[in-house]
Amino acid sequence: MGMTITEKILAEHSGREQVRPGEIVWVGVDVLMTHDVCGPASIGIFHERFGAEAKVFDAGKVVVIGDHYIHTKDEKCLRNVDVLRDFVKEQGIRYFYEPGTESYRGVCHVALPQEGHTRPGEILLGTDSHTCTHGAFGELATGIGNTEAAFVMGTGKLWLRVPETMRFVFDGQLDERVMAKDMILTVIGDIGVDGANYRSMEFTGATVKDCSMEERMTLCNMAVEAGGKNGIIAADEKVEQYLAKHDKSGKKYTLLGNDRDAKFASVHEYDAKEIEPMVARPHSPANRATARSLKGVSIERVYIGSCTGGKTTDMAAAASLLVGRSVKAETFVVPATVQVDNDLDEQKIDGQSLREIFERAGAKIGRPSCAACLGGPADTFGRVNEPLRCVSTTNRNFPGRMGHKGAEIFLASPMTAAASAIRGEITDPREI
Amino acid sequence: MIISGKAYVLGDNVDTDQIIPAEYLMYDPSRADERRLFGRFALSGVPAEQAGLPDGKVVFVDQGDEENSRSEFGVIIAGKNFGCGSSREHAPLALAEAGVKAVVAESYARIFFRNAVNGGYVLPLESPRRLCEMIRTGQEVEINMAGPSLKVADSQKGTIELRGLGDVSAIIEAGGLFAYAEQIGMIR
Repeated sequence: MGMTITEKILAEHSGREQVRPGEIVWVGVDVLMTHDVCGPASIGIFHERFGAEAKVFDAGKVVVIGDHYIHTKDEKCLRNVDVLRDFVKEQGIRYFYEPGTESYRGVCHVALPQEGHTRPGEILLGTDSHTCTHGAFGELATGIGNTEAAFVMGTGKLWLRVPETMRFVFDGQLDERVMAKDMILTVIGDIGVDGANYRSMEFTGATVKDCSMEERMTLCNMAVEAGGKNGIIAADEKVEQYLAKHDKSGKKYTLLGNDRDAKFASVHEYDAKEIEPMVARPHSPANRATARSLKGVSIERVYIGSCTGGKTTDMAAAASLLVGRSVKAETFVVPATVQVDNDLDEQKIDGQSLREIFERAGAKIGRPSCAACLGGPADTFGRVNEPLRCVSTTNRNFPGRMGHKGAEIFLASPMTAAASAIRGEITDPREI
Repeated sequence: MIISGKAYVLGDNVDTDQIIPAEYLMYDPSRADERRLFGRFALSGVPAEQAGLPDGKVVFVDQGDEENSRSEFGVIIAGKNFGCGSSREHAPLALAEAGVKAVVAESYARIFFRNAVNGGYVLPLESPRRLCEMIRTGQEVEINMAGPSLKVADSQKGTIELRGLGDVSAIIEAGGLFAYAEQIGMIR
């Protein structure tokens, strides 16, 4: 029987010819990623279980990155980065992206591809639910817990259940003001926040093929918001071009596709022309509405950032609407990574850098990190500390996600966020 | 094995930010003095009107005494997709620190389920019936793991069958991922 991409990767990594959905397999892990929020506890469990002198399974396969609670005065947060640093030193871990130093990079899910840690056909596990982002590169990437991460640190292995695959096929051309975020909000609205629970979500079709790597990352990033184990896109020449620029490992990789007779749990077809700018209303990523249907809903804040909506292409998309205009709603812009931050100066629209456009529009620009996407310590840049209404390019809007339990978070694309910032109310970007 | 306790009832899609808000994630569960704080703040992110159904506004952990990190409720009853959202293992850990022994939900988000099982924190049981509309916060419930099944004390509901734990039951019985891996000789 034929296999899907995800099944092929699981078979290959568990030493089997064939795997079938529902089976539990032990896989070898290519990259384990942990960060400042879940790293200290993972390290604690690793030493408790394997002993004080224990060594990680491969010092070149564990990537440690500070990105969540970075630009803060909170002592516990700073202490957690110390824990990471001590562990990296003790273990001789090769890849450590350390806050406050030259090696700092920013948000893990954007930084890891930029630093060449994502390769097609591999398995990447991370102590973060949005690890599914990396499926954009044709690899199996999923989020795990601290106990699991500690186990992988010691053994290089973990059990995974082979998921069924749901296939999402997009054909046709998107409107120039419609983005991957609108595609994935459409899907989540259709299937619900548990519509892909325990399953793999494959994104395919001509529209996906036309998407940039960053837009493909947005699709896979939010697979977890539908309960998906992973999002995955068959790797193609765009992935090869990206890797040629970013992957310095010299490791061989394989471009995998589904077998012709692969079985899917379901197939969902979309005409890209019919996808409109979408918004997920409070308090669920599946609480979908078109941006135009919410016209007139006033907002106090706009937040543009995170692994979902803080990449260079997201910044450029928002800036393309903000050029020559100013914001009515208080607007916070947080580039995901140092590279994205540099791109704010490098990339220009009508002779102005993206940074100049944001500043002239009256937006506040923060330093690269996860920042207010998940609330964080009280002094976090852009944190929603009051029960206000915010349009955000992030990934979740459950109660309290960005800080205050009473805040109303509307998830949207960078273009819809920028259009809404300009008007001070939820706005379809096609109106600007 | 019999697990009994007072039920604390929640609705659908209770995400990990409601179970333990991100503002407490700077505490390190590897340190005993910080670990107990996860119990103290367990379920503190649930909006008041949904906290302890059907009436809401039921305090899960009494905040009056600063030393307190235990809840009077030992069993969580919830709807669909319990534990959705982030991968934070602090979520099942917080429930366990508050004294919760089992969660009975209609379904779970997969990372929460894995964390509950692999970390050996709480039993993630599934009910084919919508118990969150049948049980009231504060009612005494009894879970019989042989079965498994659930009984509500002082009620006419009889015994409610729960789903079996399936493939992961061996890991749960061992007490978590590490204990299981030792049992099968994978680690020493």
